Order: sequence, then C-alpha cells, then structure tokens
Amino acid sequence: MDTATVRIVEPDGEVAAGAPAPPPVAELLAGYRAMVLARRLNEQAGALVRQGRLAVYPSSRGQEACQVAAAAVLAERDWLFPTYRDTAAVVARGVDPVEVLTLLRGDWHCGYDPLAHRVAPQATPLATQLLHAVGVGHAARLKGDDDVVMALCGDGATSEGDFHEACNFAAVLGAPVVFLVQNNKYAISVPLARQTAAPSLAAKAVGYGMPGVLVDGNDLAALTVVLGEAVRRARDGGGPTLVEADTYRMDAHTNADDAGRYRGEDEVAGWALRDPLLRLRAHLVARGALTEQLQAEYAAAAEALAARTRDGVTRGGGVDPEEMFAHVYATPTAQLAEQRALLRTELELEGS
Amino acid sequence: MTGARKLTMAQAINTALRDALTADRSVVVFGEDVGPLGGVFRVTDGLTRDFGEQRCFDTPLAESGIVGLAVGMAMNGLRPVVEMQFDAFAYPAFEQVVSHVAKFANRTRGRVRLPLVIRIPYAGGIGGVEHHSDSSEAYYAHTPGLTVLAPATNADAYALLRAAIELPDPVVFLEPKKHYFLAEEVDVLAPAPPIGRAVVRRAGRDATLIAYGPSVPVALAAAERAATDGRDVGVVDLRSIVPFDDDTVCAEVRRTGRAVVVAEAPGFASVASEVVARVTERCFHHLEAPVRRVTGFDVPYPPPELEGYYLPGTDRILDVVDDLQWDAT
Repeated sequence: MDTATVRIVEPDGEVAAGAPAPPPVAELLAGYRAMVLARRLNEQAGALVRQGRLAVYPSSRGQEACQVAAAAVLAERDWLFPTYRDTAAVVARGVDPVEVLTLLRGDWHCGYDPLAHRVAPQATPLATQLLHAVGVGHAARLKGDDDVVMALCGDGATSEGDFHEACNFAAVLGAPVVFLVQNNKYAISVPLARQTAAPSLAAKAVGYGMPGVLVDGNDLAALTVVLGEAVRRARDGGGPTLVEADTYRMDAHTNADDAGRYRGEDEVAGWALRDPLLRLRAHLVARGALTEQLQAEYAAAAEALAARTRDGVTRGGGVDPEEMFAHVYATPTAQLAEQRALLRTELELEGS
Repeated sequence: MTGARKLTMAQAINTALRDALTADRSVVVFGEDVGPLGGVFRVTDGLTRDFGEQRCFDTPLAESGIVGLAVGMAMNGLRPVVEMQFDAFAYPAFEQVVSHVAKFANRTRGRVRLPLVIRIPYAGGIGGVEHHSDSSEAYYAHTPGLTVLAPATNADAYALLRAAIELPDPVVFLEPKKHYFLAEEVDVLAPAPPIGRAVVRRAGRDATLIAYGPSVPVALAAAERAATDGRDVGVVDLRSIVPFDDDTVCAEVRRTGRAVVVAEAPGFASVASEVVARVTERCFHHLEAPVRRVTGFDVPYPPPELEGYYLPGTDRILDVVDDLQWDAT
C-alpha cells in the first residue's frame, strides 16, 4: 500500500512535483472562499465563547481545508456525519450557522433538521457516529439509492472500538462510505504517538481490505481530488475508503483547554507556515485567478456570515422547559405527562 | 375467524418476523448467526431462505456494530430488527443503546425517530454457563427513550413484537429464553394488546403477585399452590416494563391490599424495586402489609448447578406471601 502523502499545492503555493492534476480553478476559488468563511466562523465562535454567548467551542482553525473539502465533494443527496469539531463543515454544507451552534449555545442538543440537510447531529461521543454512517450507506444500497456517506472523525477516535467496527462493517458490506480522519495530532492533550504504533492511520485500511489514502490535510486541492475520487468510487459500488488528512489543530481543544501544557510554541509556529488558506491564496494569486476584488468580496461574505452568526447566537432561540418531555417518545408515557404537568405547575407558580 | 395454532415462543417470534417482513418492505433482520443457521435459538429459521439475504443477513461478530448499523439504517428509512445473541453479550452495544438509540429522537427534537427493535434472549433457567443468563432489564428501563417489553406468553411474544416493529420509537424486546421451546396456543389474528398495558393473568382477592417475562409462570404456579392453602392470590403480568402501566397494577393492589413483586434480576436497584416504590406511593392507604420483593440474590448469576437456589421459586414466593401480616386483619 502506498502511504506517501498526496499533495498538489506546496505550502509556498507552488504545484508539487509529480502531483496529480489539480481541480479546475473555479472549484479552487469556491473552496478558497469557503475556507475564508470557515476561518472567520472559527474566530467568531471563539469570540462568542469569550463573551459567554456559547458554552464551549471546539475550533477547527487550521483544519479548514478538511472542513470545506468534506462538504464540497458531496452531492445534495449525500450524507455528512460530523463530530463536535466539524461545525465549519456543517455550515459549508449549507446549514444555518445559528442552528448549528444551538448545541454549543446550550439551547438544545441539535439545532438543525438532520434529514432535511442530510447532516447527522454533531457527535460528541467518539467514533460512535461512524457506525451510523455505515448504516445509512447500507440502507441506501438496500433501497437502490446511490447516496454516499462522508463520515468524519479525528485521530483520537481511531483508538475506539467503534472505529474498528465501522471500518470492518463498511468493508464487509461494501457500504458507500468515505471515512475522513482529520489527524490533527492531538486528542485533547494526548499526541498521536500515544494513540497508535501504526505507520500511519491510513495504513490501518489494509487490515479492513479497503483503500487507505494519506493526504496533506492543509491542501484543499489534494483533499478535493482524493475525497472526490473516494466518493466516486463509493457511488459506483466500489465500497469504502479510509482517508487520513495530515493536519493540525491550531487552537486548544476548546476554550477550557490549556494547550501550553502539552505542546510547544515552535510546533504551532511551524504549522502556521503550512496554513491551508495562505497556501491556496498564494497559489491562486500566482495563477492570476484570485484578484484583489475577489479577495474583498470573500472578506465581505465572511464578515456577513460572522455578523449573522453573532446576531443569531446573541439573540438566542429561546428555551421551553417543557420541551424536555416533548420528544422522548412519539407518544409521551403517562409518567412523562405527569412530570411535565408538575413542571408546568412549578413554572406557573413562579410566574404568578 | 381464528389464526390459532400451537407454537413455541421461538416459532411465535419467527412468525412475527415473517409477518412483519411480508407486511412491510422496510423491515430488515440482522445479527450474528441469524442467516442460514437461523439463530442459535432458531428464532430466525428460514428467513434468509424465504426473504433473501438483503432482508435477513449475518453481520460481523460485533454487537456495537450491529446496533450502530441499525441506528443508521433506521435514520435512512428502514425498520431494523436486530438480535443480540445473549443478554450478557449485548453489553458491548451498551453505548450505542444508551447514548444513541435512546436519545436520537430527543436530541433531534423528534425529527429523527428510530423505529428499530433490539431483540435480546434473556434471563436464566436453561442451565447456561457464565454470561448466558443475565436479567439485564434494569439497565434499559433506567434509560429514558427506550421502550422495554418482556412478554411472558407466546401469544404476547407474537403480538408485542409485531407492535414493537410498527412503533416509531426504539424497543428493547426481552425474550425469556427458557420459554423458547415451550408450545402454547397462539392466535396470530387476535387483536394485539397496546404496548404499555399490563394484564391480569389471574384475578385474586387476597394478594397480588406482580411479575413479567420468565417470572410470570412461576407466579402463576405460586398462586395455584396458594389456592390449595385457601388464599386467593392474583397475578399481574406487566408485559411492558416501559411504559409502565400504573393503572392496571395499582387497581389490583388497591383491591387486594397486599402485593409481592417477583423477578429474576438481583433486587437491589432493580425494576422490582421501582414497582415496589410506585405501588407504595400510589396505594399506601390501601395496603395491609409492606409491598415485598422476591428476586434474584444480589450476586452474579450463578453457575448452572446453583441456579435452582438463585431463581425465585414458588416456595420462596409463598413464604413471603405468608409473611404479609395476615394476623393483623
């Protein structure tokens, strides 16, 4: 198995020697625009945490190429299975950012309609959602649909049993799933060397009998090609692919984390030089595709997204305490009806 | 018109699966050894042959994978019915059951309901070696979002499984494995009882035994023996642990003033404990004696040579019935 890293655009914006053909320039421009928006969303969400408007925000700053490419390679009928760190990917898929941040604002566990968007709720347990992704894909095949499922997880999640079971089930069933592991080097504080002794995470694919591809996770062009190929393969009945994206979590795990306790500034500074936005910008500017005017347009779109996010999160969706009882069962049990009535009485007394 | 015939519980469940597969194209059955073998208890016998590998199939040997797969398939419009091979072998799936199966509808504000059924052969009395005889109902009953059913008769096994498969919410379906090969009359055309409704199996004036699953026939046998001693003891079969039928249970206990809950699981922090609490809270002024429990001991399920000492039997039940403060009245 070839576990050499697939790279198309080097950190300085030059095309890598012997690289596969890059995607069309229009696609790269759209991807760059989406990354500018994703970066701004990461920054805005971080600010909302500092202002006390969000309970917590696991940032994907530095991983925007993965976030954008994961959504961009999917057709509308395809499915995305994100984790808690994949807010930007969900937004890139077209879900309203305020609905996405409902989870982290604390109004409800999932603020969007997963079926309408074909985006699963952001998973906070690790790797459990990968099995759901396989189930959605297998069901699609049984129904005769050619939908593909993009299942996201991080490097830490590959140590979980459900990662193994999902890869194995997908390969045995031939399910149309693309597993994208964003190897951002840390599971909160624990480095990759403590998760695995494998030569790479992509190499694990061998044990499942599926293709494994290691790709530069900060290279949107390479990600688009690799993930696009995996999606096509899955759609054509070729089964699952395991893609490992070599990337880096530039921010701490969340605002509650102190990354200075487990990694050095030098390491972070080194990865800053491999930033996915800087790299694609240099490439597109050198090709004459990314004009000053386009850059200004993208910046304005990013500001508009930030403003909409800020206003929506600040305004809040409002909570209804009785909603706790509303969805547990399609038909509430007598016991839940009783408990709901009790809470209502308490609320009425408070209000009177 | 009647569809009555003699069926074992395994055959009754097999018939329910067949009828559901026939009635609804979205029903799929999968698990370990459920394909050509027909399951270790033969509950899925012939389903792959008759409905094809797409409708009834073997999976890799991984319970979390089976339940996680079912979650995704239910999200995408199918109605999976999965088999956990034995009660204690369902534990690897626990996180999927508790964190996802149970919570998905709530998490998504009712937008994604999971119409799936997890069938679990459960409880003891078959001389099974370690890890083959657990009564695991309390784990599931404690988890909001799950419907937990435990049929005691073959007719209920058929009717409740059909209802469970049609329910929009996930169901943990506990099959008392010692009943698998006992034949009873089953009328598949009989109207199905609604999920969440207990049934009075035997009316009694003096005391009420409350049981479910494999403890129901034991309670009925105890009531029969009590009758020869001149005590008129009734039996309520819960059938559904969640939702719990307070009305039927409490109506009986209010009539008799005495109640004993019978269950195989260890009694500490158990479903039996919950029943005692509910009955005591609701029937206190009608009670002539404390509500008692006859349950398994608080020990790991014993090896086959010892299970006779562990399982609640008619002697132990009658001893407790005798102890219900009869002299005071």
